[in-house]
Amino acid sequence: MIRFEQVSFRYADTAAPALQGVDIEVPEGELCLVVGPSGVGKSTLLGAVSGLVPHFTGGHLTGRVTVAGRDTRTHRPRELADVVGTVGQDPLSHFVTDTVEDELAYGMESLGIAPETMRRRVEETLDLLGLAELRDRPIATLSGGQQQRVAIGSVLTVHPRVLVLDEPTSALDPGAAEEVLAVLQRLVHDLGTTVLLAEHRLERVVQYADQVILLPSPGAPPVVGAPADIMAVSPVHPPVVALGRLAGWSPLPLSIRDARRAAGPLRERLADRTPGTSGPAAPGELLVCAERLGVRRGRVEALRGVDLAVRAGETVALMGRNGAGKSTLLSTLVGLHTPAAGTVTVGGAVPHRTRPAELLRRVGLVPQEPRDLLYADTVDAECAAADRDAAAPPGTCRGLVAELLPGIPGDVHPRDLSEGQRLSLALAIVLTASPPVLLLDEPTRGLDYAAKSRLVGQLRALAAAGHAIVLATHDVELAADLAHRVVILADGEIVADGPAADVVLSSPAFAPQTAKVLAPAPWLTVTQVTRALEATP
Amino acid sequence: MTPPTPPRTGRPGANLHAGAWWIWALGLATAASRTTNVLLLALLTAVAGYVVAARRTDAPWARSYGTFLRLGLAVLAIRLVFAIVLGSPIPGTHTLFTLPEVPLPGWAQGVRLGGRVTAESVVFALRDGMKLATLLVCVGAANSLANPARLLKSLPGALYEAGVAVVVAMTFAPHLVADVARLRAARRLRGRDDRGVRAMLQVGLPVLEGALERSVALAAAMDARGYGRTADVPPAVRRTTAALTVGGLLGICAGTYGLLAAGGAGAGYGLPLLLLGLAAAVAGLRLGGRRSPRTRYRPDAWGARAWLVAGSGAAVAAAMIAAATYAPAALDPPAVPLAAPTLPLWPAACVLLGLLPAVAAPKGALR
Repeated sequence: MIRFEQVSFRYADTAAPALQGVDIEVPEGELCLVVGPSGVGKSTLLGAVSGLVPHFTGGHLTGRVTVAGRDTRTHRPRELADVVGTVGQDPLSHFVTDTVEDELAYGMESLGIAPETMRRRVEETLDLLGLAELRDRPIATLSGGQQQRVAIGSVLTVHPRVLVLDEPTSALDPGAAEEVLAVLQRLVHDLGTTVLLAEHRLERVVQYADQVILLPSPGAPPVVGAPADIMAVSPVHPPVVALGRLAGWSPLPLSIRDARRAAGPLRERLADRTPGTSGPAAPGELLVCAERLGVRRGRVEALRGVDLAVRAGETVALMGRNGAGKSTLLSTLVGLHTPAAGTVTVGGAVPHRTRPAELLRRVGLVPQEPRDLLYADTVDAECAAADRDAAAPPGTCRGLVAELLPGIPGDVHPRDLSEGQRLSLALAIVLTASPPVLLLDEPTRGLDYAAKSRLVGQLRALAAAGHAIVLATHDVELAADLAHRVVILADGEIVADGPAADVVLSSPAFAPQTAKVLAPAPWLTVTQVTRALEATP
Repeated sequence: MTPPTPPRTGRPGANLHAGAWWIWALGLATAASRTTNVLLLALLTAVAGYVVAARRTDAPWARSYGTFLRLGLAVLAIRLVFAIVLGSPIPGTHTLFTLPEVPLPGWAQGVRLGGRVTAESVVFALRDGMKLATLLVCVGAANSLANPARLLKSLPGALYEAGVAVVVAMTFAPHLVADVARLRAARRLRGRDDRGVRAMLQVGLPVLEGALERSVALAAAMDARGYGRTADVPPAVRRTTAALTVGGLLGICAGTYGLLAAGGAGAGYGLPLLLLGLAAAVAGLRLGGRRSPRTRYRPDAWGARAWLVAGSGAAVAAAMIAAATYAPAALDPPAVPLAAPTLPLWPAACVLLGLLPAVAAPKGALR
């Protein structure tokens, strides 16, 4: 169905090739997963299938890419629109019309499909994706998961034989991600659609893949094979694979079910051990305190009666559905929203009544899109500005950047940094004023496992140094790895607040893979298991 | 507490044609352009406002009415300020107050800054401004009652792609506003003030960068979804299309010139040429539509309700035009001497015809 023959690709303004020696065939009806660290060219590979590379991006492509027998060199993306459906990373930039039903019909209208057929297919797709309730809603009012489903639906109505998806679940909460993956499963099994999918959160998708394409490093030829074989050597892998490698299971399990079947001996070995205690060494002073907090955004009550207390040295993970009020809570803590009810104090100050320059010393927030914090043309200029904003001695911010992630050059534009580097820069800027309270909104979106584990290390060190950290995240593995306490928000209210282990173990949606494999014992992360096994042979 | 009901844009199958709303609104606007009677203008605004209040939905574009209302008020205020500061050619005897006059050099003859402000000039400016404001309110009413994107469905195929470009450009403004709000919030996080000119300037560049990136992403997505696909057309048809379109446009130009030329020099051939040109251009557009293979999903049907809505707007416009010829003094009362405006009975009754859509249009089933 998709065939790459000796394909190399180089962007116009770079010397090194983005892809090299790609020789792949994806047969019809397969779910094929593209994995690799960030910046290795996964999006480029996907773009080459839909023809956007090189028709839209420019650059130089050698070799041949054919999709359903059509050469992408001679067919522009619009001429491939009836065989390839593409959904990019951000569903919002994909929408042309403004209501769900029109959006589903848009692609078919462009292809000139007969009105009766369109009508039937829209109804079928609404049912297939569970969107019937939303058919005449404006797209702007939908949640992230719903938007992702509409984006998939909008390319499905054309009945493409190939579906190309770039990180379809990265921005979604665990429940919404399951919804989207269930739909993809159905397409592959019921309609024989070929799906090509890139994703960082392998724990969510790898068990569904028929074939995995691993791009080990930029410009290196890809390795193609069965998921279990590739995962055995891949530098990026989900926790269940890490556990399998650690315990030496063969064949390597990819799903929780397979892992549990193999895990009997491991559970016995671990039976008389307990995971290291989680929790700060000693509870410090109370830094964040919200009582009966209520916040309204327009006509919507975004938060209701929220009580939250965070002490120095503590790390708290806020979890919950898209739109549950996590970001609103963080924004309220830095004074971006004025509470409608209740009180909030952060580091002794009332955030919405404190001047920004003063508040900077008490609390810092790294927003969902770290790029929003960056204005300057170079990293060095950004750091100098941060020193001035915080009235810190010159060089403070640059020093922090070097400490957090060595090797970020000073003269590059912040936009040209990788996601992980950009996050480290934003973190350093916020830390320049040395606020005792640090807030992070969805910090692992778009990060690969290596960048994620670096972030975990950085945040652990900060917590140990006495910072109070609150992070909003959908990433159950991150929360299990890092948080002392987990707070679950639903519909603007706190529905659970307790030690991380207790909260995540009590709900399957929020339990990390290690916990599911080793239940009922309270192991949360592979690191814990490794340490326990090393401690006593 | 009951959960808020999700906004809906319409019950399927019961949509009023978007064009009907636009004809109704343009009818009211035409009526407004024919009068400077403050009472009639206020009545027109009230009619448009009542219909919007009675029949608009919760969709995002339905909220644009308030924006247009504020825009109208701003226009009114600007018109007044200009009349007061720059003076007005209206001769008046009732001096309200006198501003200090700024002496201007000789080359600025005819321009006055400050000076005497008369009640007559203020009243004149008020009426003029109100006319403009009413026009804006009428357009705003159409905008909030009918989704502008729905109008596209009724465009001829050959113009569709240009239409999409326009609509996409229009949706950019709300995105920009959201971006500015987000980046200003981010400025606070850096410990800088989020108000003032400096703040806006520093936010400006990232906002434009973001807008540019988003438009490139959208263009890529549209291309990948088949936007701009063309069907193969025989060369003869293509050449005929070009000839008809260009010939038609030339005919329209020449015909219009003939009609408007002073002295009626071309009155004889003006009208036929204009009609011929129009016919050729329409034929060219229809033929050009063959190049685009696009079909339409659930186009709005033009039913009895659409006739009623469009008809009420057209009736208001026709009545006002007729009234302007037989009772010009009532519709356009002189500013000098000052007099309290009176409400002419028959034109006012005709304006009330514009209320028909508040009953005739299906409730909550609008797009």
